[in-house]
Amino acid sequence: MSGIDDGDVILELKDITKAYSGIVALKKADLKLRRGAVNVLVGENGAGKSTMMRIIAGVEQPTLGEIWMDGERIHLNSPADAVRHGIGIVFQELNLFGNLSVAENIFATREITRGLRGIDHRAQVERANAFLNRLEAGISADTLAEDLPIGQQQLVEIARAVSLDTRILIMDEPTSALSAAEVDVLFRVIADLKARGVAIVYISHRLEELMRLGDYITVLKDGQITGHAMVKDIDTRWIVRSMIGSDAKDFAKQVDHEPGGEVFRTENICLPRAQGGYAVDHVSIGVRKGEILGIYGLMGAGRSELFECIMGRHEHYTGKIFVEDEELKGRDTTRRIREGLALIPEDRQREGLVQSMSIADNLSMASLGQFLKGGFHIDLKLEKKAVRDAIRNLSIKAKNPEFDVTSMSGGNQQKVVIGKALMTGPKVLLMDEPSRGIDVGAKADVFRTMRQLAGEGLAILFSTSDLEEVMALSDRIAVMSNGRLVMVVDRKDATEEMIVSASAEGHKTRRMHA
Amino acid sequence: MTTATHTAATGNHLSTGAALLTIMKLRTFIALFAVIIFFSIFAPNFLSTANMILMSKHATQNAFLAIGMTFVIITGGIDLSVGSIVGLCGMIAGGLIMYGVALPLGYTVYFNVVEVAIIVMAVGILIGAVNGLLITRLNVAPFIATLGTLYVARGMALLYSDGQTLPNLTGREDLGNQGFSYLGSGSILGLPVSVWILIVVALGAAYFARFVPLGRHIFAVGGNERASRMSGIRVNRVKMFVYMFSGFCAAIVGLIISSELMASHPATGTNLELNAIAAAVLGGTSMSGGRGTIGGTIIGAFVIGILSDGLVMMGVSSFWQMVIKGLVIIVAVVVDQAQRRLQQRVTLMQMAKAG
Repeated sequence: MSGIDDGDVILELKDITKAYSGIVALKKADLKLRRGAVNVLVGENGAGKSTMMRIIAGVEQPTLGEIWMDGERIHLNSPADAVRHGIGIVFQELNLFGNLSVAENIFATREITRGLRGIDHRAQVERANAFLNRLEAGISADTLAEDLPIGQQQLVEIARAVSLDTRILIMDEPTSALSAAEVDVLFRVIADLKARGVAIVYISHRLEELMRLGDYITVLKDGQITGHAMVKDIDTRWIVRSMIGSDAKDFAKQVDHEPGGEVFRTENICLPRAQGGYAVDHVSIGVRKGEILGIYGLMGAGRSELFECIMGRHEHYTGKIFVEDEELKGRDTTRRIREGLALIPEDRQREGLVQSMSIADNLSMASLGQFLKGGFHIDLKLEKKAVRDAIRNLSIKAKNPEFDVTSMSGGNQQKVVIGKALMTGPKVLLMDEPSRGIDVGAKADVFRTMRQLAGEGLAILFSTSDLEEVMALSDRIAVMSNGRLVMVVDRKDATEEMIVSASAEGHKTRRMHA
Repeated sequence: MTTATHTAATGNHLSTGAALLTIMKLRTFIALFAVIIFFSIFAPNFLSTANMILMSKHATQNAFLAIGMTFVIITGGIDLSVGSIVGLCGMIAGGLIMYGVALPLGYTVYFNVVEVAIIVMAVGILIGAVNGLLITRLNVAPFIATLGTLYVARGMALLYSDGQTLPNLTGREDLGNQGFSYLGSGSILGLPVSVWILIVVALGAAYFARFVPLGRHIFAVGGNERASRMSGIRVNRVKMFVYMFSGFCAAIVGLIISSELMASHPATGTNLELNAIAAAVLGGTSMSGGRGTIGGTIIGAFVIGILSDGLVMMGVSSFWQMVIKGLVIIVAVVVDQAQRRLQQRVTLMQMAKAG
């Protein structure tokens, strides 16, 4: 971090750590923001950029660490605190009230009033128009926010932040929804603000944009600062290197073992969508013992819905499901689990864990029936032993199984969910986005676990939207698109181009029909 | 060097937090001892055996309802109907003893006391089942469903005797239905029968919560219903059970009160559901579901029982009693929330330091 002029620092984060239940989003991060400059922040998804900005904007409070402004320590306990300190933010997701006019949006919480006669709408509209004109937005302040296209809504957000007389303005991916012309306007506004001494914090994925606009750059990776420099001293290669780091993603190497016979098969699974069409469109697929079948697809390709059908969560799906050539009857999850299926849901917090229970209780909750004596009495010793075994087999880092499950890291929580599923003794394991929301190291661990389980003869069906992941982890790759199973191919015959083009297939044909 | 002092400071902070946390976790116990000590100093005769037995009888009624309520609240629900079930069940018990059941052919069947008790408990379970069906099958919110049965059951209790009290439930020797008073006034080894029953039910419930799969599932369902469903837990079955059990507990209280008074009054049990909720919450049951213990609830019921009896003995006006009871409940919940927050902070701090 040497060689950077430490001149005009307006805000400094010192040693900021932010822990959420299950994951440490920021680890002892330091950040300096300079007056009259564009301070760029980059990093992969989940690197902690948004968390950092939310802390500066007072939306979240750091677990540890200090915030200093103009040489004084400050506490930002609420967004109102941040506004009082002159900090404005334009969030990534739009935060406008669609049912209010643009002027009302801009002046929300600090309406211009005329004493008892209420809000002075005319004055608000006039002043709002002044701000909007400065942005050359071409928006009238009395239109309803929801009637504006996304790009213009973004400009309204920016106008609101500017109207606050901010000294620090945070922009979280402001150009993602803007057209080229709108981006030019935005950049002019930024230059103007800069000239007036505002410290701009600019977050974006578009590297060329950062190079063009930025003065200082800070790179975040896994919640830590991995690079800090002046933009004029660096190039895009430096950014990429700092973002990705030296350690390439560690996928478990394939263990050579021949998969056995088919244990699981679906025939013509169909799930109609409420709006017409199919969420899952005649999917027939089979998995063999000891095989990992990766289902690749974009968002909304129907992967989760397929899994939900298989687990009996939808009452009105059609089609047949076989485990070891026996057709499964009835459609409720309890029976499916008894018949040898288990699902690791995509959303661990909402569907995987019971946050109020301990690690041990979470592990054993699906399989209590195995520890019974006399038909109803749980033998605590048997249960404890099974929990201990699960913790050991999956190398879950749990100091004490009686601790709350929320005290663990995201990767270990994921392993608890896997352990819970395994304790029911499944023949087929369905994993919906098993690497979501866990950090890089934990991902590698989960992948290793999947390999190990397949090696022990479990049939694994997992879904992902990560190309690298599906290529590295699967024995066979299936591609879903718009509810249809487009392609099933052996790992060794698959190429990335093939998979990507197949994943767009369903949308193409649909458009042709329409 | 700054980092070193920084760590030391957070370390200190952490251990004070942990100590505070322990105190907060024991708050129900502390509250119990506090009320006992307070009243033994300020209320004359508070510690006499007669008074102790009387108080335990009062507290027992709340405790039964609170046990059922605890399970319901742990699943994330609420059962407002228990007070009315107490009233209706008391009326049915009285009616069966006084009038029997008139059959169409002019016969009247009288049941002995044990049979009466079984029928009444079945009625309680049945009303609980109605609650459960409304909630699981018809997707009525627990608050509304049980509010509805609160009115229906109370109305039926009043209709049963046209609002009259059924007095003098001694039974008749020739009908073989005497001995109803045993439940409310009998005693074994110096302890009232109702207290013995409470001990049995409480131990049973505590055992059930820890050693029976269905009992464990109650906690899972309340903690995260979706995750429970995904794990193969039959959520509807669990919910049916807790409301039926709550109805069962209410039926027991209906029997005990009628037996104690040897009369059935249709307004019996009014507002008892609120005492039950208060006892459960005081005992550490979380209204958002997933957390709670039978032991805590029993202590909570005794705190509330002792508090109201003690205040009566001190001669505090019943109006003030209500104010005090309300304050105690609010404080309990405030402390509960503070504990939750502190606990979260302590865990997050530990994680932040570790990771």
